[in-house]
Amino acid sequence: MQSSISLTGIGKAFRAYPSPYARLREWLGLASSASSECTWVLRNVDLDFKRGEAVGIVGLNGAGKSTLLKLIAGVTQPTEGSVEVAGKLSALLELGLGFHPDFTGRQNLLTAGQLMGIPLGRLEALMPEIEAFAEIGAYIDRPVRVYSSGMQMRLAFSLATAEQPDVLIVDEALSVGDAYFQQKSFDRIRQYKAAGTTLILVSHDRFAIQSICDRAILLQAGGVARDGDPESVLDYYNASLSATQNITQHDKDGRTQTVSGDGAAWVVSLILSQDDNGPDIEVVATGEWVTLTATIETREALEELVFGYAIRNRLGQDMYGINTFHTGDPIGPIDAGEQIKVACRFPMNLGAGEYSIATAVVAGETHLERNHEWCDLAKIFTVINANKKAFTGCVWLEPEVTVEVVQ
Amino acid sequence: MVRQHVTAIYDYKDFIFASIRREFEVTYLNSALGAIWTIIHPLALITIYAVVFSKIMQARLPAFDGPYAYSVYLCTGILLWTLFSEIALKAQVVFIEQANLLKKVNFPRLCLPIVVVGNGLIRFGIIAAIFAGFLALTGLLPGLVALALLPIIALTAWFAIALGLWLGILNVFFRDVGHFFSVVLQFWFWLTPIVYPASVLPDRAQELIAFNPLATLVMAAQTVVLQQTWPDWRALAWVLAIAVVLSAVTVRLYLRRGPEMQDEL
Repeated sequence: MQSSISLTGIGKAFRAYPSPYARLREWLGLASSASSECTWVLRNVDLDFKRGEAVGIVGLNGAGKSTLLKLIAGVTQPTEGSVEVAGKLSALLELGLGFHPDFTGRQNLLTAGQLMGIPLGRLEALMPEIEAFAEIGAYIDRPVRVYSSGMQMRLAFSLATAEQPDVLIVDEALSVGDAYFQQKSFDRIRQYKAAGTTLILVSHDRFAIQSICDRAILLQAGGVARDGDPESVLDYYNASLSATQNITQHDKDGRTQTVSGDGAAWVVSLILSQDDNGPDIEVVATGEWVTLTATIETREALEELVFGYAIRNRLGQDMYGINTFHTGDPIGPIDAGEQIKVACRFPMNLGAGEYSIATAVVAGETHLERNHEWCDLAKIFTVINANKKAFTGCVWLEPEVTVEVVQ
Repeated sequence: MVRQHVTAIYDYKDFIFASIRREFEVTYLNSALGAIWTIIHPLALITIYAVVFSKIMQARLPAFDGPYAYSVYLCTGILLWTLFSEIALKAQVVFIEQANLLKKVNFPRLCLPIVVVGNGLIRFGIIAAIFAGFLALTGLLPGLVALALLPIIALTAWFAIALGLWLGILNVFFRDVGHFFSVVLQFWFWLTPIVYPASVLPDRAQELIAFNPLATLVMAAQTVVLQQTWPDWRALAWVLAIAVVLSAVTVRLYLRRGPEMQDEL
């Protein structure tokens, strides 16, 4: 596949001067550039995006995500390296597109559209379609200052995607919208992607990235920390959120398993069985009662311990997750070297498909405080619909149906 | 490269026209009189100077014969000065004012100065048309020599935008530049023979004034409108040379500091 965007040796530095005079002195050659402080926001980034690829970019605030998008969009120039973009690019950086608050939505669409390089005639022809997609009704003829941020986003997105671009860049913007519009925008993005648009998406929404993107990039401290399939990159990112830096990833049945934590306590064995103490099973029928038994061992004495698990579908979306903090089953204090068994019994009310279980052994309510062990893909199992009525979806919510004739 | 820029600008012609119109609308958006304010401002200025200098102070202003001569002299100078100062002042803040767009959208940056000049020329055109009407009514309209005004106006706009953009780039980094320039403009106005004729100045000052490009431009326009003769082309050629050099300096500064400016906004 031909490449759509290629970044070679990209670096972006911002200079900070102690005072305006320091800059003046440097400009006039009276001081060396050492007087200013150079902050590298991105450094040594080499990336290649293929045509039709959808890439999600994740990372903490300040990791350089927005700067990367701005470099690709061409609104800021790299300090070193080069950016090459093939074809027409449409970028939705932050909110707006530079709308003027005193002008109506329609007037702003015209100006912003022209600013994107769409000729006036073409823009007027596109107007009804843009209006219909934004669905902001009579607000289109009211000044933008009375718009909610969601409405501004609707307008901006509708315009930015009015024509299919070769490259579409979306920075967070979609998170402002309501669920309805998000769904609608994702549908449009998918449609463009299928037609060959390269998509670059920055989002903190795991669901958004996993459902649309076929590749994810984790930026950390101005560099690419991970680049791969969304599930493994997001698992790694999630693990890196906790204070510990002990993260390992290895292959498990063709998928990447991420394990992180300080190792003060860990899950020795995880067994899914039909009865307590039964043998480990890999296939469960919808609605069947099962027991998930985790054996935890400690390396050091711990005041308090929380065990949690999450059941995820094939896309890595949580179906259900809970921990002993929320169930009100405190564990501890425990001595070093002790083993604890936690058994959780529940009906498997899931639809047919492959699921995975992630486990966590932590010190508090979340894994962010102190993470002993976080293990994605700790167990993979399959649910089959053995004896229930045929249904679609991930969750078994069988109804009782009554039908009556009214008059 | 030049050709590339020209095509880029051509592609954005709709945007440029719309921006000029929008700028115009914004200025008068919530005012009842609207565009009439464009005329009221310079008219007020001209009335004040005409009354204060020729009537109240009875200034010794030689060589004006006819009842309207001084007013015409004043109008010519103020019109051209307003064209210069409006373009230069606007260009000086254009990057700061458009920071929102510059940070979000990638478009040919050359559009911005074109919009600034376009706006300046339109306002100028409105007032100039009224002024021309006044001249026609009083029978003072110059004939064929009026054509000489076109290069004078073009040169004024060119000098203004080159200077304004140079200051505009510096202004992003050093905000003092903006304040400094507004002060300089006040002195500059009085160092240009607009309200008074150059002939009232001592000989030494008259020599120095030749170094003021605005004085050359204004005096050339006054020659055309009042004496109704062709201006001193040699002096204007000198202003042209200054404008060319200034443009080169501005372009160089933009090429060197443009990317950094983008980050500073």
